[in-house]
Amino acid sequence: MRTAEILCATLILAVGVLVCYESAHYGIGWGDGGPEAGLYPFLLGIGIVGASVATLGQTFGRWRRRKPLQPFLAPGAWKKVASVAVPASLMILLTQFIGIYLAAALYLAVYMRWIGRHRWVTIAALSIVIPLAGYVVFWRWFLIPLPEGSVWARLGL
Amino acid sequence: MEAIHSLLVGFEIFLTPHNFLMAVGGILLGAVVGVLPGLGVANGVAILIPFTFGMSPNSAIILLAAIYWGGLFGGVITSILFNIPGEPWSVATTFDGYPMAKKGQAGRALTAAFCSHFVGAVVATAMLTFFAPIVAEFSLLFGPPEMFAVMMLTFSAMVGLVGKSPAKTAASILLGLIMAAVGLDIVTGGLRFTFGTTELMGGFSFLVVVIGLFGIGEIFLTVEEGLKMDGVASGMSVRTVLATLREMPRYWRTLIRGAFIGCWMGIKPGGATAASFMSYGFAKQFSKHPEAFGTGTVEGVVAPEVAAHAAGVSAMLPMITLGIPGSPTAAVMLGGLMIWGLQPGPMLFKEHADFVWGLIASIWASNALGVLIVLALVPLFVTILRIPFSILMPSIVFLCAIGAYAVNNRIVDIWYVIVFGVIGYVFKKLDYPLAPLVLALVLGDLAETAMRQSLIMSQGSVAIFFASPIAATVNGLAVLFFLWPAAKALRAWLRRAPAKPAAALQDVPASER
Repeated sequence: MRTAEILCATLILAVGVLVCYESAHYGIGWGDGGPEAGLYPFLLGIGIVGASVATLGQTFGRWRRRKPLQPFLAPGAWKKVASVAVPASLMILLTQFIGIYLAAALYLAVYMRWIGRHRWVTIAALSIVIPLAGYVVFWRWFLIPLPEGSVWARLGL
Repeated sequence: MEAIHSLLVGFEIFLTPHNFLMAVGGILLGAVVGVLPGLGVANGVAILIPFTFGMSPNSAIILLAAIYWGGLFGGVITSILFNIPGEPWSVATTFDGYPMAKKGQAGRALTAAFCSHFVGAVVATAMLTFFAPIVAEFSLLFGPPEMFAVMMLTFSAMVGLVGKSPAKTAASILLGLIMAAVGLDIVTGGLRFTFGTTELMGGFSFLVVVIGLFGIGEIFLTVEEGLKMDGVASGMSVRTVLATLREMPRYWRTLIRGAFIGCWMGIKPGGATAASFMSYGFAKQFSKHPEAFGTGTVEGVVAPEVAAHAAGVSAMLPMITLGIPGSPTAAVMLGGLMIWGLQPGPMLFKEHADFVWGLIASIWASNALGVLIVLALVPLFVTILRIPFSILMPSIVFLCAIGAYAVNNRIVDIWYVIVFGVIGYVFKKLDYPLAPLVLALVLGDLAETAMRQSLIMSQGSVAIFFASPIAATVNGLAVLFFLWPAAKALRAWLRRAPAKPAAALQDVPASER
């Protein structure tokens, strides 16, 4: 927990420094009849640096007082989180090539089989019905285009 | 009464078949969203905004608001029957709702909760109907310095009141403001913080951020904690409902107290959760049987629910009058307003009176409809909860992906959703509040413009923020709120009080979603 706390605050601190540094490029003074583009974000950056330093201070303060802390992740919890994040990322990756409908069908099927251990019939039915419902509702009814993938065009479909 | 006349006009707009259906559909969807774990109201509204692009703003806001009310109702069902608060403001309801359900009084608890929601809605909507025009009229006097002051007050109130660690809340707000600054600079037209990439030119869409932080982040949390669903039968019957209805007047004191706490807290950002806990606490304090609380007493269900719903409604007041949302969901709706081409703020009442009054009329009607719908359909919603999580979860992820893509038709937005999901998950675990970040992201451009316009008006003198009486008062309050946590820390340090962190004073969970 402590490591995560420090890591997170340091990252935010880095963002703050980066923002200040970038803002300085846009000018943080007084331009032609108004403040320059960098002034406002520069102030925000300063604020972020301050806030993350305060958080770091608190964390170290608690450290000194030896307050017991829970671990950031319960042992084995990262596996559960990864079991969601990794397939989802793969789905997005696939979406770029084969479109969201097929990618979602695959994703649903894999997840239901791997985690849920459902029967194949259930899996087949649901992984066809859910993307199809997405297609009908979004594309047919509301005319919202969804990614269809780049492979099909190249294959001449 | 002018307000009543305008309200009637509003009802005319609401009562067209199309808009009426929107409301019914919205309530149903909202209740489903409120019931489903891993799908919050703010996220649900964000996913649906792309659907509304083709609608008239009147219908669109009626739909989105109805989802909001439906979500407020839906959260009750899971907290009473499954001991899982679907939304943070339902946490206090589980204290007494679940014990009641276990005692076999689930029907009574549910009915009492829904009725309390209705009372909360009526009181808050009445307040909204009569005060909103007055506040809007008053805020017409606001120029850029005053608007900036009001925004400062909003942010400072969050730093001072929301969350366990003021520094973390501040970091959260500032990150949101900076994300809003990415992309095109609205004043000079130059690009900022794009680091030479085209992906960042459009900035961060708040919808994508909301879907990531609240949608995917929530799923990570739910998965990690592991979802245990041991529900209790709802046992709803017409007789239970009627018996409970007759019982309700007995709790008038709790109802009225809760409704007013809700109205008051709801105007301030992040109010609903705090209001529900406060109302619960007061009800316990003033009760003749405080020891019954926590073991399943009707009052313990009534108190948090009436306050939560009242707060939810009154969060709309600053949104429609000042253009400053009081809750993450209101923030998402405000963003929707801008997408539909309406300028939020005091002029809304003048230029789009039909829109505002249509919305207010729909709040009256949708809440009345909502009670009837949820009372009738409790068994249906319970069935939804029986869907295995391994089917529900990937479906929600799919929905989030579609919602994110539909905002700008960019695949990179789906990646952002995953990234913000991870950020949301980490922030949630480390007690960085998420609601301020979203509010700041929505308000960022307005805040910056207000500040720069003020400085242009004053030729660079900071004194303008304290020049007019309104700006001076509001900014003064803001400074006070900002300094509040520092003063508290200082006092604790001076007294060297035996290590009792300030956070213990408010046992409100900081996790304002």
